[in-house]
Amino acid sequence: MKILVCISHVPDTTSKINFTEGDTKFDTNGVQFVINPNDEFGLTRAMWFKEKQGASVDVINVGGPETEPTLRKALAIGADAAIRVNTPATDGYSVAKQLASVVKDGAYDLVIAGRESIDYNGGMVPGMLAKLTDANFVNTCINLEIEGDNVTAIREIDGGKETVSTKLPLVVGGQKGLVEESDLRIPNMRGIMQARSKPLTVKEPVAVSPETTTASFEKPAPKGAVKLVDNVDELIDLLHNEAKVI
Amino acid sequence: MATETVNKDILRGGQFLVKETDCNDIFTPEDFNEEQRMMKEAVMEFNDREIVANRERFEAKDYALTEEVMRKAGELGFLSVAVPEEFGGMGMGFVSTVLTCDYISSGTGSFSTAFGAHTGIGTMPITLYGNEEQKKKYVPKLASGEWFGAYCLTEPGAGSDANSGKTKAVLSEDGKHYLISGQKMWISNAGFCNVMIVFARIEDDKNITGFIVENDKDNGISMGEEEHKLGIRASSTRQVFFNDTKVPVENMLSTRGNGFKIAMNALNVGRIKLAAACLDSQRRVTSTATQYANERKQFDTPIASFGAIKSKIAEMATNAFVGESATYRAAKNIEDRINIRISEGNSHQEAELKGVEEYAIECSILKVAVSEDIQNCADEGIQIFGGMGFSEDTPMEAAWRDARIARIYEGTNEINRMLAVGMLVKKGMKGHVDLLGPAQAVASELTGIPSFDTPDYSEVLSEEKEMIAKLKKVFLMVAGAAVQKYGPDLEEHQMMLLAASNILIEIYMAESAILRAEKSSKNGADNAEYQIAMAQLYLYNAVDIVDTKAKMAIISFAEGDEQRMMLMGLKRFTKYQNMPNIVGLRNKIAEKVTEENKYPF
Repeated sequence: MKILVCISHVPDTTSKINFTEGDTKFDTNGVQFVINPNDEFGLTRAMWFKEKQGASVDVINVGGPETEPTLRKALAIGADAAIRVNTPATDGYSVAKQLASVVKDGAYDLVIAGRESIDYNGGMVPGMLAKLTDANFVNTCINLEIEGDNVTAIREIDGGKETVSTKLPLVVGGQKGLVEESDLRIPNMRGIMQARSKPLTVKEPVAVSPETTTASFEKPAPKGAVKLVDNVDELIDLLHNEAKVI
Repeated sequence: MATETVNKDILRGGQFLVKETDCNDIFTPEDFNEEQRMMKEAVMEFNDREIVANRERFEAKDYALTEEVMRKAGELGFLSVAVPEEFGGMGMGFVSTVLTCDYISSGTGSFSTAFGAHTGIGTMPITLYGNEEQKKKYVPKLASGEWFGAYCLTEPGAGSDANSGKTKAVLSEDGKHYLISGQKMWISNAGFCNVMIVFARIEDDKNITGFIVENDKDNGISMGEEEHKLGIRASSTRQVFFNDTKVPVENMLSTRGNGFKIAMNALNVGRIKLAAACLDSQRRVTSTATQYANERKQFDTPIASFGAIKSKIAEMATNAFVGESATYRAAKNIEDRINIRISEGNSHQEAELKGVEEYAIECSILKVAVSEDIQNCADEGIQIFGGMGFSEDTPMEAAWRDARIARIYEGTNEINRMLAVGMLVKKGMKGHVDLLGPAQAVASELTGIPSFDTPDYSEVLSEEKEMIAKLKKVFLMVAGAAVQKYGPDLEEHQMMLLAASNILIEIYMAESAILRAEKSSKNGADNAEYQIAMAQLYLYNAVDIVDTKAKMAIISFAEGDEQRMMLMGLKRFTKYQNMPNIVGLRNKIAEKVTEENKYPF
């Protein structure tokens, strides 16, 4: 089984978020980047298929050279090879198109992407990729078993779970549950050393024009101070005259 | 890495005192390569997940947990970073070894001690002094964490005077074994070790001999109860008793009588690693205290905005920064020296031994400086937490208790202070470091007329670099005069040695910080302005220490005109042209730390 895991290069959740160029661009200054957590659950599950069922695991990212440390971390964790499509990840559609081209060329049986990346939270790539590659699609996947071509997957649905059967080729939108947090792997020293000599191929992008561009970003308003009032009349007055919500 | 170009012009050990170092010639944490950054993250993740998350269990003396986490560290290859590849290790360079030690150590002193005792003094004597058979037999198991090591040097009557141990090794009648008998104490990892490096005396030899001894209770080895200690509570520390323990003659480490040298060289490596092991603890305490100070409100104001607290945060962050700067500077010097030796045809073993020995002075300096910094840092951490800091419910008190041992083990700070100066004087006498020429130059400068030119300090940190050059003159003036006055009896004058050592330490630490900040500034690093502020703040404090210690020394041995002349010299050598605004610097540094809500440098 040939597995491709899509790895988004995202800011660590503790990063301070700022924008530049008239609030149209994310300011990467001083930001620590990590493997998108939803992708890391997928990568860890892929490692299980590699170790238990002899699958091969490649990882892919669409982005500039600055994303390579994130790909190399995935190699250190145990992926066999990495591919970087050399173009900025502008929107979900263009990323899905780039990925689809690689998936078709590489004849992958299973593609695991995170359900969404934790930076822009578009959540579109896995579904689009499935459509573009004519593969089956299971989103919000929390359990994945494969025997031959037969797939049994469990999806998280509102208020419960759904078990689905399908066949390879398949695209999975993965999340926590594929493995648990305690299963996530710390790269070992040998893995880190080997990551240096594993292939990291840079592919030039196919021609795609993004369907959307960012007009501007806006941060949530900072939390205001708390005002304690001790009678209902004053509260009504403030809500009516100051906050103007009633 | 052996593949890197080796710069053969790097400073020899101790030469920092008499030669100017170019900022591009020092290695800084900003220079970590991608692999080292990945290692750092992996080790930090391990520390958070396995150690910090279990801090309460470590404090409750859960010795089994220490062993379990050590085994996990072994599975991830953390115990084998420094071990050559042919013996199952990673064969990574010295900087990577120090980096691992740094970032794995901040969760608890208990684990940090177990890790250091195993990878450093428990394993290294075999990799450095063992013969091929010994290395093949023991090192792969120690590197993987299948076996653990311990180091048995200290005895009830032999602490700092390590060569005075009473443990005996007697050759058996058939000549096949040594029978070892004696008592060792404060043995880290004793409770779960498989292999011990044991030092014992054969007949009435002047020097002790090292042996590799397998832990086997049926072979006359017994253990005392776990010691009840102030800190590092889950580090297994026991007495070990040997009663006619049979050790095959082939388990002698190196040659008869070479044990003291092994013990001392193992400690050289141990010292820089111990310094590293105190670095991330400082970052963590600084971050935790800052987070508390940002949240804790008194008088309707977060205490982080009070000058009294800002001053502490600034000093804590500065000392951590300076410790990092000096430790990685020395680590890379050692790595380069090892590579030079290898390129000259030395075996890896020989190269590593000589490489570390070369920088024994720097190793002692670092051990003293950084172990004292973590103590002060944890102490101020408690103070920032106020009453809460005194409670076992916050991590400050454990950090403080754990820090205390660092000033004692791997040679007390007093021994290391005296060693640093003693070794330097010896290097001077042997001609390895030219102290005489520069000392004479300073002496004649004292009687000469000072320059009245106004120096050009427009370049970044140029006044600070000039100040370092002047502090070096203070050391040469004081130590030079002391050597002249006392000659070989200098080592009897411990207070003098300690004073000189404090001067030496401040010079090395301050210079390392200044060079790092200068390098960052020239490379346009993000936080260069804060690095510069920290280098300036540290230097200001260092000048004060140098002034006090030098004055004490001068008054003690010089009289009349000589005294007056030297005190005048001291005044000249500790004088700023432009005094830095210390309050401003502290505010700047503290505001950056509180804004980032962690140690951010």
